[in-house]
Amino acid sequence: MWDNIKEFASEFFVTGDPLIYGADVAIGLSIVAIVFVMTYFKKWTWLWREWLTTVDHKRIGIMYVIASLLMLFRGGVDALLMRTQLAMPELEFLSPEHYNGIFTTHGVIMILFMAMPLMFGLFNLVVPLQIGARDVAFPFLNSLSFWLFFWGAMLFNVSFVIGGSPDTGWLAYPPLSGIQFSPGVGQDFYIWGIQISGIGSLMTGINFIVTILKMRAPGMKLMKMPMFSWSVLSSSLTIILAFPILTITLALLFIDRYLGAHFFTLDGGGNPMMYINLIWMWGHPEVYIVILPAFGIFSEIVATFSKKRLFGYKSMVFALMAISVTSFFTWAHHFFTMGSGANVNVFFAISTMIIAIPTGVKVFNWLFTMFRGKITIKTPMLWTIGFIPCFVVGGMTGVMLSVAPADFQFHNSYFLIAHFHQVLIGGVAFGYFAALSYWWPKVFGFKLNERLGKWAFWMWGIGFYVCFMPQYVLGLMGMTRRVNTYSWDSGWWELNLVSTIGGFLMGIGFLFQVWQILHSIKHMERDTTGDPWDGRTLEWTIPSPAPAYNFAVIPHVNERDSFWEEKQRRERGLVPDPQPELEPIHMPKNSGIPFIKSFCWFVVGFGFVFDWLWMSIPGVIGIIACMLAHSFNYKTDYYIPVEEIKRTEAAARGSI
Amino acid sequence: MKRGFRRLTTLLSLGVMTLLLSGCSNDIIVLNPKGEIAKHQMDLIYITTGLCLLIILPVLILTFFIVWRYRNRPDSKAKYKPEWEHNTKLEVVWWTIPVIIIILIGIVTVQYTYKLEPSKPLEHEADPIVIQVTSLDWKWLFQYPDQDIATVNYVQFPEDVPIRFELTSDAPMNSFWIPQLGGQIYTMSGMAMTLHLIADEPGEYLGSGANFSGKDFAKMQFVANATSQEEFDQWVEQIKATSPELTDEGYQALAEPGVSEKVTYSGLPENLFERTVAKYGSKHNHGSVEHDEQTHDEQERG
Ligand code: HEM
Ligand SMILES: [Cu+2]
Ligand SMILES: [Cu+2]
Repeated sequence: MWDNIKEFASEFFVTGDPLIYGADVAIGLSIVAIVFVMTYFKKWTWLWREWLTTVDHKRIGIMYVIASLLMLFRGGVDALLMRTQLAMPELEFLSPEHYNGIFTTHGVIMILFMAMPLMFGLFNLVVPLQIGARDVAFPFLNSLSFWLFFWGAMLFNVSFVIGGSPDTGWLAYPPLSGIQFSPGVGQDFYIWGIQISGIGSLMTGINFIVTILKMRAPGMKLMKMPMFSWSVLSSSLTIILAFPILTITLALLFIDRYLGAHFFTLDGGGNPMMYINLIWMWGHPEVYIVILPAFGIFSEIVATFSKKRLFGYKSMVFALMAISVTSFFTWAHHFFTMGSGANVNVFFAISTMIIAIPTGVKVFNWLFTMFRGKITIKTPMLWTIGFIPCFVVGGMTGVMLSVAPADFQFHNSYFLIAHFHQVLIGGVAFGYFAALSYWWPKVFGFKLNERLGKWAFWMWGIGFYVCFMPQYVLGLMGMTRRVNTYSWDSGWWELNLVSTIGGFLMGIGFLFQVWQILHSIKHMERDTTGDPWDGRTLEWTIPSPAPAYNFAVIPHVNERDSFWEEKQRRERGLVPDPQPELEPIHMPKNSGIPFIKSFCWFVVGFGFVFDWLWMSIPGVIGIIACMLAHSFNYKTDYYIPVEEIKRTEAAARGSI
Repeated sequence: MKRGFRRLTTLLSLGVMTLLLSGCSNDIIVLNPKGEIAKHQMDLIYITTGLCLLIILPVLILTFFIVWRYRNRPDSKAKYKPEWEHNTKLEVVWWTIPVIIIILIGIVTVQYTYKLEPSKPLEHEADPIVIQVTSLDWKWLFQYPDQDIATVNYVQFPEDVPIRFELTSDAPMNSFWIPQLGGQIYTMSGMAMTLHLIADEPGEYLGSGANFSGKDFAKMQFVANATSQEEFDQWVEQIKATSPELTDEGYQALAEPGVSEKVTYSGLPENLFERTVAKYGSKHNHGSVEHDEQTHDEQERG
C-alpha cells in the first residue's frame, strides 16, 4: 500500500530538480498565505459576491489584467532562466529536458496566457465605455469566457510541478508531439489547457463583434467609431475565423494520442504536414490578432497626446481590415524550406509582403498625426514613440524573412527569434503597456506614477535592444533556435552574454512596473475629473472609476472625437443640450455558474490528461448540470432605481 | 526627452561596438559564403535589405524629427493645426511608396525563388556526387551510394563538384543546414527531398540541424569538409580499408535515440535509404511530383 502510494507520487509530482522544489514551496506557501489572509479578514464572501461571480465587464477586465500580469511574471522567469542557461557556452544550469520544457511553456504562456488575456482585459475595460454602451452584448458569456481562460491557464501551469511540462515547442509539431515521441502527460496538458481557454477566446470574439455592431450609442455610425474599437472589431473577426481551426487541430492531435488514430502520423496513412498547415492557418492570424488592438491603442494615444485629430482615419480603417483578411493567406511562409516548390513559395512570399503595405501606411498616419500637433510626452505616449522605430525595424526584418530564398538562411535561426520578439515586445507588449497606463485612471480612479513609469519604459526599451539586436547577428552566425547549449569554439558566446544582460534589464523594467503600481496605490493621485489626459472619446465623459452602469444617460454622438468637439463647443461658450430625465437602468445579475462550469472543465481536462475517466465523467456531468441550471434560471436581471443612480452620480461628481 | 536621446545614442554606439568586437564579418558565416548558392542568397539578402532601408531610414529620421519639432514647449514656434486630419495627396504618396518598394522586392524574390529552387540541379560540367542524408535521434547519417561508404555527424565531399543531397528522416522532422554553402531544407520521414549545393573552395564548414527534434537536438551539429578531388578519393579509400561495414543491425542500433561521435562505415546495406523512405508508406508527397520520380530513379541506380 505505502509503496504503491510512493510510486504513484513519484510519477505524479515532478521531482529531482531544485527549481521545481522551489516552485513547490512557493506555490504551497502562497496558497497558505492567501487562505489565511482571506479567512482572517473574512473576505471569502466578498470575493465570491463581488468578483468570482461578477458579470460586470469592468471587473472581468480587471481580473483579466491581473491574471495576465501574473502570467507575464511566470513567462518572464522562464525567459530569464533560458537566457541564464545560454549566457555562457557549455553551462549545465538547466538540463536539456528542462530547457525544452521551459521554452515551450514560455512561448505558450506569453502568447496565449499573457498577450491574449491582456488584450481581452483591454477589450473589456474600454470598448463598452468607448462606444457608449452599458455592457457587452452577452455579460454571462463574457464571464464564462474569462473563467475558461483562467482554468485553462491553471491547467497548463500545473504541468510544471505535476506530471511534467510539454516540451515540443509552442506549436507542437507531430510526430514529435505524437504519443510515440512524447509519451508523457506534458503534451496532454498542452492540448487541454489551450483547448479550454481557446473556447473562451472564441466566445469573446463573438461577444465583442456583436457588442460593437449592435450596442453603439445612438448616432455613432461605424465610420464615427473610435479607432481602438475598430481594431477590436477587426481582431475579433480574425479570432472567430482562426480559433475554430485551432480547436479542430488540437482535437485531432488528442484523438491521435488518446485513441491511436493516425491523422498526423505517416505509419497509419496520416500526414504531419496536415498538422503544420493547420496550426499555422491559426498561428499566423493569431499574431495579427494580438497586434491589431495595439494599432488601435496607438491611434488613440497619438491623437490624445498630440491634441490633434487622428490623421487618415479612413485609410486606418481600411488598413486594419486589409491586414486581418490578408493574414489568412500567408501561413506557408512558416515553412518555405519544406520543399513545396517554387510556385507555392512565390505565392506566399508575395502575399506576406503585401501585409507590409497597410502596416507601413499606418506608421505614416501616426507620424502625420503628430505632425503639426502639440506632443506631450507622458508614459502612454512614451511607449507609443518607443514603439514606432521598434516596429518599423521589426517589420523590415519581417519583409526580409518573407523573401523565400533568403529565408532558407534565416529560418529556424536566432534571426527569426529576434524578429518575432521585436514585433511582439516592441509592438504588442509596448502597446498593451501603453494602454494600461493610458486607461488606468479610468479603471481605478487614480493615475500611475509618471517617474517610475518612465524608468520602466527605459529599462524595457534599452533592455530590448541589448537583448535582441545581438540575436540578429547570432542568427547570421549560424546559431539555431531552441539549442540548449553551444560550444566554446562556436564563437557565439560574447553576443549571447550581451543578450542575456539585455534580458535581465527587461526584467528590471518589469520590477519597475510592479513598483509603479504598488507605489501609485499607496500615494494615490486621484483622478477627480474623469478626464485626466484631456481625452477625445466617450469613456472620458464619465467619472473615474466608471459606475456599474457606465452611463447614467446614454450619450448621443454626432461626430468622431465627440467629447473633444463638445469640449471645444463649451469653450466657445455654447451650452450643451439639456440632458433627458434619468430612467431606471436594466442590468444583468451576477452568477456563479461560469466559475463553477469552467472549474468542471478543468476537472475534465485534468482527468483526460491522466487518463482518469473516474475524474472526467463527473466533470462532464457538472458541466451539463451547469447548463441546465442556467437555462432554467429566469432571475437573471434587475433594475437600478433612479434614486440610486442620482446618489451614485452625485457622489462621483461631488468632488468636481 | 533630451536625456532620452542621449541614452539612445549611447545605446546605438554600444550596439555598433559589440558588432565590431564580435570578430567582424568572418564569423557571420551567412555573410561569408563559400558556395554558389550561398553567394546568391547573400546577394539577395543585401539587395532586399537595401531596398527595405530605402524606406525605413527616412521613416526613422522623420520620426525623430517630428517628435523633436512638435513636442510641446512654451516657446515652441512649430505650427499647430488641431483639425488637420486628411490630405489626399499625402495619403496617395504613402500608399504608393510601400507599394513600389514591395513590387521591387517582389520581382527580385520571384526571380531568385526560381533560380535557387533547391531541387533544381546546378549547371556545371562535373557530374554531381550523391549524398543521402538521414536525420536520426540525435545524429546525422550520411550515405554515399556511389562510393559505398557512410559517415555519422561528418560529411566530406570534393570542392567544385555539385552535390546532390537526398534527404529524409527516420525520427521527428529536422532541418539540414550548412550556412556557408546554402540555405536549409527540412528532412521528413516518408519523403526524399533534394538539395543541390556546391563548395567553391576547400574548408571545414559548420553544419547543423535547425528544426527542434527533441532532447539532444542541440548536439546535432556536424562538420562539412570540402577537399580537393584527390584528397576526397584518398579519404574514401582509407574508409574502405579501415572502417567496419554498416549492416542492417548496425543501422538499427544507430537509429536508437542517443548522441553519437563521428563514425565512418565501409559498405552499405542494400537500398537502406530507399527502404527508410518507404518504411513510412508513400503517402507523403506534398510539393512536386518530382519526389516520387527521384525515388524511382534512385531505385534503378541502387
Ligand atoms: C523578457 C523578455 C523576453 C526574453 C528575454 C525572451 C527570451 C526568449 C528565448 C530565449 C526564447 C527561446 C528561443 C529558442 O531557443 O527557441 C524565446 C522564445 C519565444 N518567446 Fe520570448 N522572451 C521574452 C519575452 C517574450 C514576449 C513578451 C513574448 C510574447 C508576447 C514572447 C514570445 C516568445 C515566443 C512565441 C517564443 C517561441 C517559443 C518557441 O519557439 O517555442 N517572448 N523567448
Ligand atoms: Cu506568419
Ligand atoms: Cu514533407
